[in-house]
Amino acid sequence: MKKFINSTDALLKGSLTGFGQAHADLVQVHFEPAYVTRAKPAQNKVAIVSGGGSGHEPLHAGYIGYGMLDAACPGQVFTSPTPDQMLAAAEVVHAGKGILFIVKNYAGDVMNFEMAAEMLPFDHATVLTSDDCAVINSTYTTGRRGVAGTVIVEKCVGSLAETGASLHACQLLGNKVNARTASIGVALTSCTVPAAGRPTFDISDSELEMGVGIHGEPGRRREAMREADSIVGDCVAAILADLKTTLENDTSKDILLLVNGLGATPLMELYLIYNTAAKLLGDAGLNISRSLVGNYTTAIDMAGASITVCLLDDEIRQHWDSPVHTPALRWGR
Amino acid sequence: MKTPFILSSALAIHAAIVAHEADIESLDRAIGDGDHYINMKRGSEMIAGMYNELLPLPPEEALQKISMKLLSTIGGASGPLFASFFMGMSKYLKEHHAKINETNMHLETAAAFAYGVQSMMMRGKSNVGEKTMLDVLVPVSTTFTTMAAQGKSVAEICAAVKNAADKGLEYTRDLLATKGRAAGLGERAIGHLDPGAKSCQVMTHTVCDLVLKEMKQ
Repeated sequence: MKKFINSTDALLKGSLTGFGQAHADLVQVHFEPAYVTRAKPAQNKVAIVSGGGSGHEPLHAGYIGYGMLDAACPGQVFTSPTPDQMLAAAEVVHAGKGILFIVKNYAGDVMNFEMAAEMLPFDHATVLTSDDCAVINSTYTTGRRGVAGTVIVEKCVGSLAETGASLHACQLLGNKVNARTASIGVALTSCTVPAAGRPTFDISDSELEMGVGIHGEPGRRREAMREADSIVGDCVAAILADLKTTLENDTSKDILLLVNGLGATPLMELYLIYNTAAKLLGDAGLNISRSLVGNYTTAIDMAGASITVCLLDDEIRQHWDSPVHTPALRWGR
Repeated sequence: MKTPFILSSALAIHAAIVAHEADIESLDRAIGDGDHYINMKRGSEMIAGMYNELLPLPPEEALQKISMKLLSTIGGASGPLFASFFMGMSKYLKEHHAKINETNMHLETAAAFAYGVQSMMMRGKSNVGEKTMLDVLVPVSTTFTTMAAQGKSVAEICAAVKNAADKGLEYTRDLLATKGRAAGLGERAIGHLDPGAKSCQVMTHTVCDLVLKEMKQ
C-alpha cells in the first residue's frame, strides 16, 4: 500500500480537519462524535442529514451547503456512522421543521440510522436510496444498493427543502427521484481500505468486475477486459432494462446522465465513457438534457466508473437546476 | 453470569479476534467488503479497555454499557447488531434479576443469551439460512438452552455448544447470501464461509474454553 497517510488511525481526523479548513466558508467539522454541518445553520426548513462510510468523497460532506445537505456524518472507511453521530448532528441542524435522513440502502447504514431515528426527539423521515441496478431485487434480499444516484436525490431534495417545503413533501420527492434513477458500476482494479493495507479483491489485468459496489463488493460477474464501447454498451443496456417500465409509462424522454469516477480513473476516460453512453442513450430515443461528469461518489482508489441515468420530469429538472453552493457542487450562486 | 466473567470473556475475545485476523479477513475479502475484521477488532478493543470501569457494576449494567459502547464505536451492520444482542441480554437480566440463583444459573444464562439473539434477529430483520452470524448464534443458543434444561454438566454444555457453532459455520458455506454485503453476489457467495459467522464461531469457542478453564481452577 502506498498512500498519503501518517497512521491509518489518524487518517480520518486529518482529512476531515483539512476539509473543514479548506471550506471554512461553507462547513464546520465537529469531532467526538464526528459530524459536519453548514458553517451557518439554515433557519425554518427541513434539515437534510445524510451520512455513510468514509472513502466515497465528496459524498456526503462535500454536498453540505445551500441547496443540498444541512449535515453529514462520516463513518470509518466503508463503515456506517453510528447513531450518536446522527443524533448530535440532528440536534445542531434541526430548524423546527423536522429531520430528513437520506441513507444509502446498506444493512449497516439502514440499522444505524434506524436506531438514531428511534431516539430522535424531532419529527423525522427517511429516504433510502437504491439506484444500483446491478443487484437484482427480490423479497428475500436486503435489496438494491444506494450508489451515485444518491447525489441526484440529495441535490433535488435539498433544493425543495430550501423553499420551506414540508418533511413529507421532501420525502416524497426523494423517493420519486430514487425510483426514476438507475446506476451500474464497473471496476478495473480493487480499492485498498487503508486499515486493511491491501486490495479488497484480486483482479487481473485481463479482467473487469461488472456491477461492482462502491465498497469493492462484487457485482454481477467477473468478465474479460475489453474495449470501452463494449463495456459501456452493457452498462447502458442494464440501465435501460431497469428503467423500462418507467420509460414506457412516461411521455418525457428527458434524462440526466451522470458519469461518475470511482477514484482512480482519469476524467479523460470518464468523458470517453460519456461520449459512448450519450450516443447509445440517444439511439434508444432518450434526450440527454442535463449531464454531470466527474468523481462524485468514489470507492477510495478504485479504477472504474459508474453510469447513472435519472428520468427527468419538470419538478426534478427544476430542483436539479436550482442554485447550489457546496464544496463539491456549485452553480447558480 | 458474573461481571468478572463477562470482562475476562471480553479480554479473551479481543485476543481471539486478533489471533484469527487472517481467517476472518480472507473470508470478508472473498464475499464482503473488507471491513469486518477491523470493526470486530475496534469493538472488542474498546470493551477490553473498559475493564476497570465495568468491574464494580452488576452484570446487567455492565452489559448495557457494553451495548452502548459498541453502538457508538463499531458502526456498520455489526454495531447495531451486537449492541442489540448485549442490550437484549441486559434487559433479560434486569427483568429476571430476583429469581436467578446458583441452581438455575445455567438455564437463566441460556435464557439471557437467547433473548440477546432474539433482539439481534429483530434489529437485522433476519433469520437462520441467510448466511449471517445468526447461522452460528441461533444453533448455539438453542443448544445451550436445551442442554441447560436437561441439567447437563458445564463440560457437556460447552462441548455441545462448540460443536453447534462449528456446524453452524460450516452450514453457511453452501448458502446463498440474502442479507448483508454478500447479498449482491448471488450464487457466487456459495462455497465461501460467512465472515460474520466465522467471528461468532471464534467467540463461542473462546467463551466456552474460558468457562472450562475457570472450572478447572
